[in-house]
Amino acid sequence: MAHDETSGTDVAATSSGAGGVSNTSGRAVEPSAAVSSASGGLAVMTTDGLSDPGIPPHRKRITDLDPKKAKGAQRAVYTLFYLSIAGSIFAIAAYMAFPINSDDPGSVRLNTVFLGLGITLALMGIGIGAVHWAKTLMHDEEGVDIRHPVRSSDETRARAVEIFHEGNVESGFGRRSLIRNSLIGALVAFPLPAVILFRGLGPEGESPSELLSHTMWKAGDRLTLDPSGLPVKASDVTIGSAFHIIPEGLNDAPDRLEQKAKAAVLLMRVNPSDLNVSAGREDWNYDGIVAYSKICTHVGCPVALFEQQTHHLLCPCHQSTFDVNNECEVIFGPAKRPLPQLPITVDGEGYLVARSDFLEPVGPSFWERS
Amino acid sequence: MARTSRKANRRHPLATVVLIAIGLAFTGGGYALFSSTATADSNVAASQATVEEGSKLFAANCATCHGMNLEGSAAGPNLLGVGAASVDFQVGTGRMPLAMQGPQAMQKPPQFTEEQTAALAAYVASLSPGPAVPTDSQIADTGDATNGGELFRINCAMCHNVAGAGGALTEGKFAPELTGVDSKYVYEAMLSGPQNMPVFNDHNITPEDKRDIITYLKYLQNNPSPGGFELGNLGPVAEGLFIWIFGIGAVVALTVWLTAKSN
Amino acid sequence: MTIEKSKVDGLVPGTTDHLVDGAPPKISNAPSARFTSAAANYIDERTSISAVVKEFGRKIFPDHWSFMLGEVALYSFVVIILTGTFLTFFFQASMAPTVYDGSFVPLKGVEMSSAMSSTLNISFEIRGGLLVRQIHHWAALLFIASIGLHMLRIYFTGAFRKPRELNWVIGFVLFILALGEGFTGYSLPDDLLSGNGLRIIDGMVKGFPFVGTWISYLLFGGEFPGEQIVGRLYTLHILLLPAIIVALIALHLVFVVVHKHTQYAGPGKTNDNVIGYPVLPVYAAKAGGFFFIVFGIIALIASFFTINPIWNYGPYDPSPVSAGTQPDWYIGFADGALRLMPPGLEFVLWDHTYSFNILIPVGVLGLFILTVLIYPFIEGWVTGDKREHHILDRPRNAPTRTAIGAAGVTFYAALWSAASSDILATHFQLSIESVIHAIQALVILGPIIAYFVAKRVCLALQKKDREMALHGFESGRIVRLPGGEYIEVHQDVDEYERWKLVSFHEYKPLMVRPNARGKITAPQRLRAGMSKWFFEDRIAPVTRADLEHQKQLH
Repeated sequence: MAHDETSGTDVAATSSGAGGVSNTSGRAVEPSAAVSSASGGLAVMTTDGLSDPGIPPHRKRITDLDPKKAKGAQRAVYTLFYLSIAGSIFAIAAYMAFPINSDDPGSVRLNTVFLGLGITLALMGIGIGAVHWAKTLMHDEEGVDIRHPVRSSDETRARAVEIFHEGNVESGFGRRSLIRNSLIGALVAFPLPAVILFRGLGPEGESPSELLSHTMWKAGDRLTLDPSGLPVKASDVTIGSAFHIIPEGLNDAPDRLEQKAKAAVLLMRVNPSDLNVSAGREDWNYDGIVAYSKICTHVGCPVALFEQQTHHLLCPCHQSTFDVNNECEVIFGPAKRPLPQLPITVDGEGYLVARSDFLEPVGPSFWERS
Repeated sequence: MARTSRKANRRHPLATVVLIAIGLAFTGGGYALFSSTATADSNVAASQATVEEGSKLFAANCATCHGMNLEGSAAGPNLLGVGAASVDFQVGTGRMPLAMQGPQAMQKPPQFTEEQTAALAAYVASLSPGPAVPTDSQIADTGDATNGGELFRINCAMCHNVAGAGGALTEGKFAPELTGVDSKYVYEAMLSGPQNMPVFNDHNITPEDKRDIITYLKYLQNNPSPGGFELGNLGPVAEGLFIWIFGIGAVVALTVWLTAKSN
Repeated sequence: MTIEKSKVDGLVPGTTDHLVDGAPPKISNAPSARFTSAAANYIDERTSISAVVKEFGRKIFPDHWSFMLGEVALYSFVVIILTGTFLTFFFQASMAPTVYDGSFVPLKGVEMSSAMSSTLNISFEIRGGLLVRQIHHWAALLFIASIGLHMLRIYFTGAFRKPRELNWVIGFVLFILALGEGFTGYSLPDDLLSGNGLRIIDGMVKGFPFVGTWISYLLFGGEFPGEQIVGRLYTLHILLLPAIIVALIALHLVFVVVHKHTQYAGPGKTNDNVIGYPVLPVYAAKAGGFFFIVFGIIALIASFFTINPIWNYGPYDPSPVSAGTQPDWYIGFADGALRLMPPGLEFVLWDHTYSFNILIPVGVLGLFILTVLIYPFIEGWVTGDKREHHILDRPRNAPTRTAIGAAGVTFYAALWSAASSDILATHFQLSIESVIHAIQALVILGPIIAYFVAKRVCLALQKKDREMALHGFESGRIVRLPGGEYIEVHQDVDEYERWKLVSFHEYKPLMVRPNARGKITAPQRLRAGMSKWFFEDRIAPVTRADLEHQKQLH
């Protein structure tokens, strides 16, 4: 208000009167006039504001008054710098004195700690020393800079407009509209090839939504243990068990991780009477043994926190909770769809096998999924 | 930063731990953080006398909920076929007898001596055989830590965290921290699936695999992180809190010092 | 940012006139001095560096601790560049499978990507490698935390007002880029934690209508996880993003020079001056020393505290996951937003899936980010104030702005705490469901409560300031008057103190008036409403008349 609107003259004059800024007087006038010419909008303008008393008197530091203290400060500063040198030397010594011994994981820790301590000392010595120097020994009377409006002066602005105008006239940019518009068209078109180049980021000849719709499970594939790949007999799966399952042959697949990211399955056995099986899925479980996709239908974290008493499956990333009793429908959390169930049965030797692939895409939802 | 201070208050215990930890490091104590977990030999022969003693203890302490013949009741599950391993785990870690009904049985100082626990286990096993308490060689940490680590990550880490720091389950239940847990109990837990933990029978994770997992856990426990203090192994949450409280705290304190006028 | 080096044409260093005016200072004739002057001459004749020194050497920089926060960010970034460069000498950004054969026993013989294996080698085979890795990661956390704090300082003091609106935008873009740097870096080791982080990104991207599936497919070079993503993120992490960040930091600092640094209200400090210490020598020593201090703090933390122990997480495999899987703290708000979505927000319509459980968080956060980005323009439009502002507001003197900020901080903090809902549940023995429900309520109600509390607190503080300016402060001295009455003597504040309390701007709500065609336009109406919201409750600064009136009363 006061110092903004009536500004310039008043304030600069006041501030130059008091405190230690004797040489600001007379110079502050013209820039501030320009600054305050702009509209204050909804600002309330008072002419009755208090006036700025100016910079308070300077207070001398103890190191300015007492040469002994100044000497002490000086000693502190160079001691810190010497400490820094000692830190650097210590770090180099630690590098040699604490080598990493591949049989002893503790050696990595010693190496890290002592090298780090040396470096810390070297850095802190310089840092604290320099700041202490500045605070206690360097000249500490405050200075004043005058601000100028960020806006260029009117002459400069006029000249800039003129330059653009001259450029326009000399080139005919505004007049020759055919040239201008075709140039704009060309400039818009030329980055397009760069966009299309990015198609090459993914392999050709595949449809991503098609890939997402299948896993490597097929009828007759044995359910095998993750990571060993050993087949699992139905009789091995006792009630309350959870087996982490991958399809037979996954470990030999060339795209092992990509396949595993879709085909990972959690196998659980619950009391068959606890299961609510919907029509059409009667033969998907084997005597209470059920297999569900481990890939969360929210954003794809592995869901494998099986609670054998409550039959809840929890995703540790976003806490979606699925109810195994009710075909893994969502009972809490951000996921919507139940985990897809893998239909299973046993083969002639009693090993668990898939009846087919999943009947719906596993994992997070995607646009093309219906 | 409203949040920082709120968290700061909330996390105060951690802050204290960290401070103490720094102190320990400077005194060189940081490297002696081994916790000696002497494995007691609990394979007391199941003589008739112990079974009888177990029977008395069971009738007095357990039968109210689990029934005189292990048949269970509304208050407690039946114990048929759970075996000595389960009894040893539940009673030996103090989870049973239950202090109160809650989301899950909490670990607390055991209420029975080792002999009494063994007697209870022998009694339960005598009525209905089940998995036995593991032998010393089954839980020796001489297995293959690499295999153990891989199995741990696949079968255990989703609940217990990759470093065994524990984690949340649904409805107030949780998977407990594994650091400092006696190897015997780790083995028994895998075998018997206490509370909501799934059973990992010997067809799923073979006895050798179980030993490997125990070896891996022992390795983690006996080799403190090469990077220094682990901040509870809670991952990025603890790291973020640490940088906001101690990193930003130190930096701001120093900026205040740096810009304050010297005396 | 902080280093004050403006373009000066009438530089008037108050304390240093002996250097500016009159004869140049005496230069000694010692051999070292002769060498210095010869070297300076050599350089100046080829670079005209003297002009630069003349311009910047005595720039005044105002001193306040909160002005150093941007410097913390800058210095953390320098530390990140230094340590990051070292790490690139050893890191192999390849997902080609290899068998680990290093010294960390529990991973020996495990198949993993070269990226993971080389990160383990940096940690366990190279002396100081783990230290540098930890410095790099801790510095990254500090970098983003200090940017956040710096932004809050700018916001709450109104430093974003004209002429600094564009610099606010640049700074905010830098913040977003820093998040990008953080996330790409976090993903490079290809460990289990970061792999699951990428999996979440993949799942989110797939939830986007029309393009999601394809973007994911192209990003990962085929099906997730593919063998491309680490290499691609590496290019972003060490080339593209740092280049843009460096360019924008330069621009950010150029603007600081052009505008000159703001200062807090105080005696002698006007909108037309800057009061503080000159770059040479005080500020150079302080700011230079501060770089070493920031670096030192990071090095100290890195020597003693493990960060991202990838050896615990093991290599990425789509099947396992760790309890407590989280992103680094700065992505937490986004992860928290995902966690807070209630079930069932996904629909199939006309053969397509609409994943609102992903689109709503993305939309809400996008809106939040956009609001923060354009806030200076919103406030500028409401106040209609076209003047330059170089004096900072005390947060209490802009109650509505401060209240909006408090609401925003609460909203962000609630989302952030949601990202650690599982840790909160285990550590406070709560159920995860109740934690989530509580935070869902907090996200909605928290900002509203914070808004009102902050606004009332600001107004109360303003009232207190006004009281103090008029009546002075309570001296604690009790005096018994001749009539037997006891009074506490109030002691007047001195004029310097009083000036701090009374020198602030006041705005009044817009009075809507019909325009030339006798109409009240909708934007006018909106602006009137917004200005009423902003400025209806206000405390006027003390005027001369108030003070006179007060004096007469006594």
